[in-house]
Amino acid sequence: MAEVSAAEGARSAARMRLPWHWIGIVPFIAFALLFLILPTLQIVVGAFRTPAGAFTLENIRGLFTPSIMASYWISIKISVASALLGCLIGFAMAAGITVGGLPAWVRGPLLTFSGVASNFAGVPLAFAFLATLGRVGLVTLLLRDWFGINIYAMGFNILSFWGLTIVYLFFQIPLMVLIITPALDGLKREWREAADILGASGFQYWRMVALPILFPSLLGTFALLFANAFGAVATAIALTGSSLSIVPIVLFAQIRGDVLGNPHLGYALAFGMIVVTAIANFAYIWLRARSERWLR
Amino acid sequence: MTRVWSWVALAVGVVYFALPLIGTVEFSLRKRRGEYSLDAYREVLGDPRFQETFAYSVVMALVTIAFGILLVVPTAYWVRLKLPRLRPVVEFITLLPLVIPAIVIVFGYIRLFNTSSILPLTGSARGTDLLLMFGYATLALPYMYRAVDTGLRTIDVATLTEAAQSLGAGWVTILGRLILPNVLVAVLSGAFLTFAIVIGEFTMAALLNRPAFGPYMQLLGANKAYEPAALAVIAFAITWACMGLIQLATRLQRHTRAQRR
Repeated sequence: MAEVSAAEGARSAARMRLPWHWIGIVPFIAFALLFLILPTLQIVVGAFRTPAGAFTLENIRGLFTPSIMASYWISIKISVASALLGCLIGFAMAAGITVGGLPAWVRGPLLTFSGVASNFAGVPLAFAFLATLGRVGLVTLLLRDWFGINIYAMGFNILSFWGLTIVYLFFQIPLMVLIITPALDGLKREWREAADILGASGFQYWRMVALPILFPSLLGTFALLFANAFGAVATAIALTGSSLSIVPIVLFAQIRGDVLGNPHLGYALAFGMIVVTAIANFAYIWLRARSERWLR
Repeated sequence: MTRVWSWVALAVGVVYFALPLIGTVEFSLRKRRGEYSLDAYREVLGDPRFQETFAYSVVMALVTIAFGILLVVPTAYWVRLKLPRLRPVVEFITLLPLVIPAIVIVFGYIRLFNTSSILPLTGSARGTDLLLMFGYATLALPYMYRAVDTGLRTIDVATLTEAAQSLGAGWVTILGRLILPNVLVAVLSGAFLTFAIVIGEFTMAALLNRPAFGPYMQLLGANKAYEPAALAVIAFAITWACMGLIQLATRLQRHTRAQRR
């Protein structure tokens, strides 16, 4: 990464003959190296080292214990579920304000609210949902008193897979709305008319014209939402304490107090998180390259 | 038919987003038994720990914004003007914080800048504050860079720079008195977004052991019943204010642009 940019910088500087042309970017590169790239590399390298400093795969092997694998699995499940539902509901709402015929006055407030809600994550979000769906939360009490439905007796728990997924949707849906609305605006009216004239049904238009065009944006947003949920720490900790062991919570406890009893296993755990989000994003880049081939 | 489904989607969304907000407000008023009161708010706002941590986070946010502007505006400008071939690389780097979880980045900080390293930032309180500020700047980087870069796209950087240079302006003058005013609205939206991110940030501050607002909220949540809901309402109001200010800045710009024409 750093080598690439340094090499490119050197090359373009040589072409322009003035060496200070690339000096303008040195502060940024230095910042990125010191506070983004090197810290991450530090973790990656640590994952493959013994405490004495020799190369080892033992830390990575240490991840494949039932409890750690279970943490990854529940984390991935929550991230996939919240990203998928976020994409679906967010898409439906964005489609409503762009091509779905909702009145124009809905659009502005919805987009503004999405900007607020997508940034309303972390500790306060957890509080909001505890006050709503917690054991004495508003909705819990209303359902019990008005409809006689006791959701906690029915097995619902805010500190669970579905509980966390519902909470994460509060920032996932708005993020989807914000990202996909411009893409939906980019759908030309002519395409729809052309499809209509050729006798396509609404379903055919969406399946064969609109969705293939939107495919890269949809995938990209999904990957982003996935990483967003997978790395979320604050909401989960404020919501569950440490009763639900998703990966970020385990890692948090490990950094605080070495609960795994092996610092290098902690690096491996963090490395695993990077691998999962990296896979999600590379899958996106690869699929996007493929879909763009079809668009040409 | 499409319109019906649109209304259904909107209605589902409105219910889903309205309920937690109503629930939180209602819960925050329930502290006094049998009647609604503002006791929880009074308790929170009067808590010296609240005032200290909130002030700490506000200062951190302001410093982060200043640093972010100093870092991002010259870089984005320079890349557009002189190093367009590097743009994909720089853009890729600025997007990395969206991919690498914050908890992993701060874990790397703890390891890289510990007391026995070359740059022992975590050794002192001031050093850790500095490190935390850099961490916040990293978290805000994707938003700040994209905002500024979009702002730069709307002006003709090369021509403006040449005009300024032929009038004898140096780089500091060009950046401070020409580029910055032209992308001010973009910078402001980046700044307010940074503020919204930093003010409630939990993970980095907690793991670096700094007395910020995020860890305070978490601690209160573990110990109190009604005060956390009041805090959530306050935090939501702050986020809302930040986004409102972004909208306001954008509208003011549209206004002045239209007048100029």
